[in-house]
Amino acid sequence: MYQYDQYDQAMVDARVEEFRDQAQRRMEGKLTEDQFKPLRLMNGLYLQLHAYMLRVAIPYGTLNARQMEALADIADKYDRGYGHFTTRQNIQYNWIKLDDAADALADLAKVEMHAIQTSGNCIRNISSDHFAGAAADEVTDPRPYAELLRQWSSFHPEFTYLPRKFKIAVIASEKDRAAMRLHDIGIRILVRDGEVGAAFYAGGGMGRTPMIAPLIRDFVPLDQVITYAEAALRVYNRYGRRDNKYKARIKILIHELGAAQYIAQVEEEFAQMLAAGVEPPREELARIAAYFADPVFRHPSEGWDLEQLQSQAAADPSLRWDDGFGLWVRRNTHAHKAAGYVSAVISLKPVGGIPGDATSAQMRLIAKLARDYSFDELRVMHTQNLVLPHVQINDLPALWAALEASGLAAPNMDTIEDIIACPGLDYCSLANARSIPLSQRISQRFADNGRTGELGELKLKISGCINACGHHHAGHIGILGVDKKGLENFQLSLGGSEAEDVSLAKITGPGFDEDGVIAAVETVTDVYLAARTDGERFLDTYRRIGMEPFKEALYG
Amino acid sequence: MVNPLDFGTSPDAVQFRFRDDALVEHGTVGVDAALEQTNANAVRIEPGDDARALLPLLDRLALIEVNFPGFGDGRGYSSARILREAGYTGELRAVGEVLIDQLNAMQRCGFDSFAPRQRLDETDALRAFAMWDNVYQRAADARQTIADKRHEA
Repeated sequence: MYQYDQYDQAMVDARVEEFRDQAQRRMEGKLTEDQFKPLRLMNGLYLQLHAYMLRVAIPYGTLNARQMEALADIADKYDRGYGHFTTRQNIQYNWIKLDDAADALADLAKVEMHAIQTSGNCIRNISSDHFAGAAADEVTDPRPYAELLRQWSSFHPEFTYLPRKFKIAVIASEKDRAAMRLHDIGIRILVRDGEVGAAFYAGGGMGRTPMIAPLIRDFVPLDQVITYAEAALRVYNRYGRRDNKYKARIKILIHELGAAQYIAQVEEEFAQMLAAGVEPPREELARIAAYFADPVFRHPSEGWDLEQLQSQAAADPSLRWDDGFGLWVRRNTHAHKAAGYVSAVISLKPVGGIPGDATSAQMRLIAKLARDYSFDELRVMHTQNLVLPHVQINDLPALWAALEASGLAAPNMDTIEDIIACPGLDYCSLANARSIPLSQRISQRFADNGRTGELGELKLKISGCINACGHHHAGHIGILGVDKKGLENFQLSLGGSEAEDVSLAKITGPGFDEDGVIAAVETVTDVYLAARTDGERFLDTYRRIGMEPFKEALYG
Repeated sequence: MVNPLDFGTSPDAVQFRFRDDALVEHGTVGVDAALEQTNANAVRIEPGDDARALLPLLDRLALIEVNFPGFGDGRGYSSARILREAGYTGELRAVGEVLIDQLNAMQRCGFDSFAPRQRLDETDALRAFAMWDNVYQRAADARQTIADKRHEA
């Protein structure tokens, strides 16, 4: 994975000193709170309901064991012994003191990490495919492009006071595991006529006005990607709305202008910029890419394939192939590009637990497992789980046993128990309703009724307000918490997807109270089970039969 | 008709200037008027103005003021870069809500003079201008980027 050189290190060190200085000037009264706010936000510090929240960037979701241990240390030293992994592949701490913030940032800088631009009206942390560099189906590793974009977008002098926040995702396979088209800019690296380049999508997003990003250019040559991104951002910076923060995202600009008009303006700007010369030298991409070279995988003859694993494991009753280890292997591993390896998903969704939370002890154990079994590499998923990207198949029994002993072996990836939930009213100053207790009760309900396995892939996503941090628009089943005359109320929606078959969920009808919405989720899964044909997921059945049968069962 | 004395920023308000030529007093006209008058040599741009409209006039302009009515409105940064990319070499002055922590980025976008509405602490400001030994992006200044340094022959 990428390693800082003297320059990258100097940049994060200078940033820590800059922030110390800013915090000092705030204390001295030289900065008003209004003036200080965007500065602390661009260093990841939010003021939440009960305390400051610190959001640490994990660029494209990749980190190593030493970094994970540093995150555990920060949880112990400055917070309450745990952290929360987010849908932006970042980690948040909920109980930070403002006085400690600069020290926490300095600790991060020691392990090549930072909280730069994790908030504020600027280009945010670049996200990517959590199986990048490992997935059998990728055309190339998207992370070198994401790192090139990270450096370009960090401290960008022109784009620090954009109309609103700006999120970029980069993927490199047809499968979309990063919700690419629900980003302000989504980039898909692809090969056309033997040449690698980038397709650009722009103007997607969730929030109160969800939109799917249209394609704005089908192929940008690799030595023009930064220039094209800069052109797309400049048009947004100049013409994005600033009169109303709820209409300030690029999706509104593109919607109001029309994609064709936006594209024409970007192309004009792009032509000017090609002449001005803003692209980094070509060798820079090659330099970065060298850090992402494959680890040295063992030859397949030195390990097992999945069939050998099954026959070995079936002979060992302690592994419980049908409902224990085997279930975890079937649900929580992903096909790897190297024979004899898989990527293993560590679920942060234990039944009845808080989605995305990990204690410092769990973080340290996971760091050790990354060293022992995954070439010192870890990934954060936008679904708030973690990944060991390169695990040799014959190591899976020992890995599973270690996870199982620490409550980290929930075999529920992409099932109804693998719920995305925002922090909600338990933490967030924007929320209308509590997402966490609802997600806890739903996962408990389906674990108790034993339906999880039968339902198969079913993505349930919960947001505690219309800002949609819990991705409810993209849930096969989405739940939105609203305030109804002072009471928490939950709207149910169906048919969303963040994947390559991207779509936005539609509301079923009137909302429910907490007990009611849990019953409603059970009802819609009953409709699915009764109506599905062979091999159909919930989403497929919904698309085939439409909303009516679900409405009938819910309100009929 | 706008009274010229009420328009633009007093030259006394210019707190930092990184040029050796004589100070031009202030922007006397807005963009629309500049396009109609053939003799104006100092113009003031508001955030909503299209900086590119001025490109035909660049040869005769000695001062362009870019106004920041609020510090959170970043359109002026793009205006500055567009003017520099088009070859403008005259004074480019940031006026209005110009804060310490914005000086560096403004300078990188091509501003070479600064007239903050409220005078800035001199020491803090000079430290802010000098804060970054390295830069990642190519911008309107001539600074060598980190990538350029990495790949020097």
